Amino acid sequence: MLNIKPLNKNQIAWRASQDVQEGMYINLGIGLPVLMSNYINKEVIYHSENGILGMGPQAKKGEEDPNLVDAAKNPVTLVRGGCYFDSSVSFAMIRGGHLNLVCLGAFQVTNEGDIANWSVGDEETLPSVGGAMDLVSGVKNIWVLMTFFDKQGKSKLVRQLTYPLTGKSCVKRIYTDLAVIDIIQNRFIIKEILDGLSVDELQKSANVELFLDENYKILKAPDNI
Amino acid sequence: MNYEGRLFGMINKKVKTMEEALNGLIDGMTIMISGFGDAGVPFNLINGVFEMGIKDLIIISNNAGRYDDGISKLLKENRVRKIICSYPRSLKGSIIEKKYKEKAVELELVPQGTLAERIRCGGSGIGGFYTRTGLGTLLAQNKEIKVIDDIEYVFEAPLKADFALVSALKADRWGNLIYSKSARNFGPLMCMASNTTVVEVQDCVEIGELEPENIITPGIFVDRVIEIEPILIL
Repeated sequence: MLNIKPLNKNQIAWRASQDVQEGMYINLGIGLPVLMSNYINKEVIYHSENGILGMGPQAKKGEEDPNLVDAAKNPVTLVRGGCYFDSSVSFAMIRGGHLNLVCLGAFQVTNEGDIANWSVGDEETLPSVGGAMDLVSGVKNIWVLMTFFDKQGKSKLVRQLTYPLTGKSCVKRIYTDLAVIDIIQNRFIIKEILDGLSVDELQKSANVELFLDENYKILKAPDNI
Repeated sequence: MNYEGRLFGMINKKVKTMEEALNGLIDGMTIMISGFGDAGVPFNLINGVFEMGIKDLIIISNNAGRYDDGISKLLKENRVRKIICSYPRSLKGSIIEKKYKEKAVELELVPQGTLAERIRCGGSGIGGFYTRTGLGTLLAQNKEIKVIDDIEYVFEAPLKADFALVSALKADRWGNLIYSKSARNFGPLMCMASNTTVVEVQDCVEIGELEPENIITPGIFVDRVIEIEPILIL
């Protein structure tokens, strides 16, 4: 393993949030991506696939409404100007390419932008997909937020998926705890890397081919989050 | 023609009892059940189905219930032969998990947007559609692939049901509906896609009370309405 302090989850979410632009319609996946909303200080409109545009923060205790929940089924709020619609309209927004950005967690991503994030593929677990496959099939701008290595120390950046596919050639950018990586012409291009971490070192542990962008930067995030 | 005849008319989709609401629902039928998580689930109607002892059901719904409520209640007593849904798993554990492992219920897993659109097609007289969702994945195995303008698509067939059980906020005696917040989800689609649509609502209001601009489901898609205190779960 690498002898360097990786970013924590809030720091990964913070880093991704810095690239969000004013006015975007955004769907944030369950887990890491949803943390981004804590750090986005621009006017953006959040979409929830169960039928909300203009979703607000989690509902305060005592103010929860059982009829107003997010995609994870947690009670949320609606901001002024927000609206509701049925599931068919909601997925027309997704498949029709009307959202500007979808941020997702992932088990694995390939250098061709293939993503696996819906099933670990074992016989024992009850398979469930929700909107995962729809979200990656219609939105042009898909960012993945994840740790670079899994709990067993294996790279989540791979040449070939070992988990079942969610969608082909769809991921554009990956925010990890060690580096920010773009996928360009079937290559992992490092745009930012932690201070003190060399590409060679990362590549050796990762066992995938990584390319360093000639204008690469040092990956930084606030210490106190 | 007397267009105002409706003021004195006899169209009345309101029913008073659960027996009337679920009349004709029998073993082996396919039923759609609205809701996402616990939002918009017609818990009263599901309880009605349960009390009637109906079995051998095919259920179409986004989720498969959790704890002992809703669809879980039917699954627990092995009343469900097959479930067509997008997300049966529940963070807090569910009966389906156990029944699936025991092979006591058949599961057809459908991506959420594809599920919604298949139901919309079923209700709209459309014989299916081509989508990029699921392309190349396990969920598109054995499905037709078609190239349109150089893009590959998967064919998905429409879904219809014998009964749709739906929860809404308000209805009038014509069956016009409005919903509450994100509890709308699959309701408007399922109303269209069944032979008999039964809706439980918190309030039945007089004809004309629902603002025409705000009616979400036109009454043509609704057969029966029962006014009943909703069971809401947080």
